[in-house]
Amino acid sequence: MSTEQILSSDGVPLEVSLKKAERRNKLRALMLVGPLFLFLLITYVFPIGDMLFRSIDDRMITKMLPNTFTALEKWDGQDLPDEEVYEAFYKDFYPLAMAKKSGKLYQRLNYEKSGFSSGLKKTNRKIKKFEKANYKEQFMATHKIWNKVEYWVALKNTAPNWSYAKYLKGMDLKFDDKGNIEQVAEDRQIHKILWMRTLNVAFWVTVFCFCLAYPISHLLATLPMKYSNLLMICVLLPFWTSLLVRTSSWMVLLQQQGPVNDLIVWLGLAANDNRPELMYNVIGTFVAMTQILLPFMVLPLYSVMKTISPSLMRAGKSLGGTPLTAFIKIYFPLTMPGIGAGCLLVFIISIGYYITPALVGGASGSLISNTIAYHMKSSLDWAFASALGTMLLVGVLTIYWIYNKLVGIDNIKLG
Amino acid sequence: MALPNYTPLHYRIWHYTYLTICGLVFFFLIAPLFVILPLSFNAEQYIHFSSKMLALDPEGFSLRWYKDMIWGTKNPWGLATKNSLIIAFFATIGSTILGTVAALGLSSRHMPYKAAFMALLISPMIVPLIISGTAIFFFMAKVGLAATHTGIILSHIILGTPFVVITVTATLSGFDHSVTRAAASLGSNPVNTFMKVTLPLITPGVISGALFAFVTSFDEVIVVLFLAGLENTTIPIQMWVGLREQLSPTILAVATCLIIMSTLILVSAELLRRRSERLRGINR
Repeated sequence: MSTEQILSSDGVPLEVSLKKAERRNKLRALMLVGPLFLFLLITYVFPIGDMLFRSIDDRMITKMLPNTFTALEKWDGQDLPDEEVYEAFYKDFYPLAMAKKSGKLYQRLNYEKSGFSSGLKKTNRKIKKFEKANYKEQFMATHKIWNKVEYWVALKNTAPNWSYAKYLKGMDLKFDDKGNIEQVAEDRQIHKILWMRTLNVAFWVTVFCFCLAYPISHLLATLPMKYSNLLMICVLLPFWTSLLVRTSSWMVLLQQQGPVNDLIVWLGLAANDNRPELMYNVIGTFVAMTQILLPFMVLPLYSVMKTISPSLMRAGKSLGGTPLTAFIKIYFPLTMPGIGAGCLLVFIISIGYYITPALVGGASGSLISNTIAYHMKSSLDWAFASALGTMLLVGVLTIYWIYNKLVGIDNIKLG
Repeated sequence: MALPNYTPLHYRIWHYTYLTICGLVFFFLIAPLFVILPLSFNAEQYIHFSSKMLALDPEGFSLRWYKDMIWGTKNPWGLATKNSLIIAFFATIGSTILGTVAALGLSSRHMPYKAAFMALLISPMIVPLIISGTAIFFFMAKVGLAATHTGIILSHIILGTPFVVITVTATLSGFDHSVTRAAASLGSNPVNTFMKVTLPLITPGVISGALFAFVTSFDEVIVVLFLAGLENTTIPIQMWVGLREQLSPTILAVATCLIIMSTLILVSAELLRRRSERLRGINR
């Protein structure tokens, strides 16, 4: 080939100036995306990372009792520790007690083993009068927890800076005295029930939404424009209406003296003085969530069905298929992308649902997100709320990943 | 839909069953909203249809709950409405500007790693709200913006931008780029081209994205629940608090107002969608 290069008008090789222009265009596009990207990185992506970090961060206690943990390193965990350890604990605890900063310590250690809170509170009161010798005896005389090896083991277990104990708790597991993982007592296994219930509700709400949405999406997609636009309002008006308005309308409908119960009594399905409880249980959650999430199923289904030509069904029938076979063999497979998108959307939204279960679900209808909110707002165990949130997030991302493998995420259409 | 005369009976039966099922589902979708309307005009304190209401006696109806909503003593709705509007207004402006600019970049064919950026930018819409709320709360508490309007506005910008990004990229996907090239060849600089050529053409998409962002902010409960102090209460928070205590007719009056608002939003969104389709139709 000749070595001759094509030059642009200002004498620069064309290839070079094209590359330069290309780079400039790339940079311009990046600069447009830049502001939002940085904004989300700082206010959203890092905070989610922070949440993961909080769920395993266990440095607080190490910072509060540095001497104790150094002294405990040499301890074998068989018999009660030596005087040295008790002295180190005195050195750590005395300033905390004097500065009235020991409250967080009770709370944290009591998660580890119940009994710590009362023991430490009593020690807190008595420690001012301790003499500066024979610490072991004085501690042991103050409260019985200091006579027990288990409490020292539990204390030593909190030494690592990072701990996945909150994740175990979220799965109803815990560390036993020897540091092995075991199930918590049968009557305290609340989280397993919550996870199962959340999955259960999400699954059934998705199924109900699908069964209700499929026929009406089909109708909307096949009716002439002027009728379907009118009926589309029935789908879009709830979609645009505030979630709380829709939830409150269900509270009106499902209450004991409400219209639905009136209807049931009028139909003779139940006696007037024995009206069924429709709210504050799983029934209420199911019904209200299905209605609220229905538009999210209808819109993707409709947008896919709209693109299916009616002549395909006619062709199937003219080739001898009954309407049913034509539907099963032709129409249904073509709607798969819409079904996938709708089910994914409804399932993901309902798995993280909060408002409606909290208002119409009552105690037996509350879901995992209600527990997260409870630990955020009431019990203030933020590390545990973070751990539950992370578990939920991992679950949701797994579902996306599976969906992407099976259907392809690009097939999602949002109406 | 009338069926032709030769339709066999069993198909006829199936067809009408199908229509009935569809009718019931539409009823299930829309009827709950209309239960609220008459009950908000109830003259009594209880939330059920009184015998006077069923007999359509004018005495059964009154505006007392609307009066209570506006003039009632120690009523939170005034403050809540003010806060909601302020927060939604600034959140909408913020998400619309950030989202539109980002969508312009994302739709450029020179954009590298398009899919990855898109996934990140719309992630606040995909991740369950309770998780976003938790994470955002930690951030706002750390930088000292908890219980401030600024904090809530910023969080709503986070939650609102994905909708703007999606609607504007959708509008831009049907956009004919030769018009911007034509403008450039006629000597217009990029900013001028954007303001005079691109923006007018994508305005319907931008506005419908803005509407989404507005509704997201106006309707958002979880983040505000975590972040808000007494001073930052919003309409959804007041409804939430009210519904947790007791279902009062005043809440139904507020709900009726919100339904009217959402009807207006629906109508404008629908008009915008049609206009956008028309504009894009001309381009093709």
